[in-house]
Amino acid sequence: MSSVIVVERVGLRTTVQDRGRIGLAHLGVPRSGAADWRSAAFANAIVGNPADAAVLETTLTGPTLRFEAPATVAVTGAPVDVSLDGEPAEFGSQIRVSAGQRLTIGTPRVGLRAYVAVGGGIDVLAVLGSRSTDTLARIGPPPLRSGDVLPIGAAPVASSRLAVSEGMLAGVLPASDRPLRVVRGPDATDDAMRSLCSQSFCVSTNADRVGARLSGATVDDGGEAPTSGMVRGAIQVPPDGGPVVLLADHAVTGGYRVVAVVIDADLPVLAQSRPGTPTRFQEVSTQQARAASEAVRRELAVASSS
Amino acid sequence: MNVLGVRAVGEWALLFDVRPSHRHAVADRLRQAAVAGIDEVVPGENGVLVCFAPGCDVDADALRAAVDAEVVTETIPGAAELVVPVRYDGADLGDVAQLTGLAEADVVATHVACDYTVAFMGFAPGFPYLDGLSPTLRVPRLNTPRVRVEAGSVAIAGDRCCVYPGATPGGWRVIGHTDLPVFDVAASPPTPFAPGLTVRFVEDGG
Repeated sequence: MSSVIVVERVGLRTTVQDRGRIGLAHLGVPRSGAADWRSAAFANAIVGNPADAAVLETTLTGPTLRFEAPATVAVTGAPVDVSLDGEPAEFGSQIRVSAGQRLTIGTPRVGLRAYVAVGGGIDVLAVLGSRSTDTLARIGPPPLRSGDVLPIGAAPVASSRLAVSEGMLAGVLPASDRPLRVVRGPDATDDAMRSLCSQSFCVSTNADRVGARLSGATVDDGGEAPTSGMVRGAIQVPPDGGPVVLLADHAVTGGYRVVAVVIDADLPVLAQSRPGTPTRFQEVSTQQARAASEAVRRELAVASSS
Repeated sequence: MNVLGVRAVGEWALLFDVRPSHRHAVADRLRQAAVAGIDEVVPGENGVLVCFAPGCDVDADALRAAVDAEVVTETIPGAAELVVPVRYDGADLGDVAQLTGLAEADVVATHVACDYTVAFMGFAPGFPYLDGLSPTLRVPRLNTPRVRVEAGSVAIAGDRCCVYPGATPGGWRVIGHTDLPVFDVAASPPTPFAPGLTVRFVEDGG
């Protein structure tokens, strides 16, 4: 019999997330998956899980979880106070939980979403190949409710477990001196790129797992466009010029011009940005974007093989 | 020249610009191309998006060469046909008749007489955008979209027809309903629709 955790208190909003649904976009099925994919990957690596194991994604205030069996846990993402039966436990490191103990995830000082990985992964029923909750398409397990019982998979035997530095963990947090890097999008114009990269924006209250609408300035050359497949990070600019950056639960297709795309390595920063967070953009080449993405994967790979 | 242009969509995706009539054949070619790391091939209005797994070698030239190796046909040989039984009892059937100047019975007769093709899917899981609507049935979208459209609603707007897969908001004019499950996560595949599929509607007298 596999072990379980019981959700004693749900927090603001907690969902199960993994790497998302792949290969069904042509049928209109969105990818979904962890909004801050870097932090989710770090959490899995710290407990020795495979990269596709499901984790919990919190939103601001996290849950209280009671473990029915011993487990190894890691909390990453937005830095939060973590406590085990009321005693402080370490953020970003392995936490050994004994049977019957309660793990409480607090409210982050900065950032929005914390990730809780449990050795063996959250083993809820996969839907269309993924355990992710898609909040827009309503596919996958519903957001957690108090009293839910979550099955845990068999703990990994792998001894290789990632030790994550504070610098690596903090790489997903918004910082005023670090603009989000973008590459030119399929509908980019020079005016659009200039207006996007020379002004300061602000994450509006209209921000969730689907996307983040930015306020404070407008982007030139927006408008409608023929319906086309979309990617996470796409910066859609409707006719009013107010940019919307697509996040994990975005619909498969969209009908607005995509002037730029936030690079995959920096998208977690936007997923961690609360409403009101100042946001600036900086253009980079596709090569630089791929190198940044590669650097993140190398951090994970080096650690997972050590 | 099947591919009119290739545009990057971020560092891990390419948009292949094609004529609408070529989109399915090009999408098929892209799926069959011996290129590693392709996660998604998504047809759209004027292009096909190819998404790569991050970290893969994104070789636009190789992929373009594979698609352009021979001229593609406009129809996919052996394309399957889906028959959708419809009760023409939609809330907007009367308005569509008024807008088109047809009797309701003629709206229905015209709708079932057309052959449709799934142009692409999106908006919601299992939502097909169907080409092939008769020009006599062209009507604008609702001025105010409905907050909730029932699953199985068959609707038209502009030069397209659609079938709502689940309860979503929607602005297309509903002319009927089908009991055909349009999206079911327990089914494999989860929807009977797919890009390129031929679709016929028949009046469900039962």
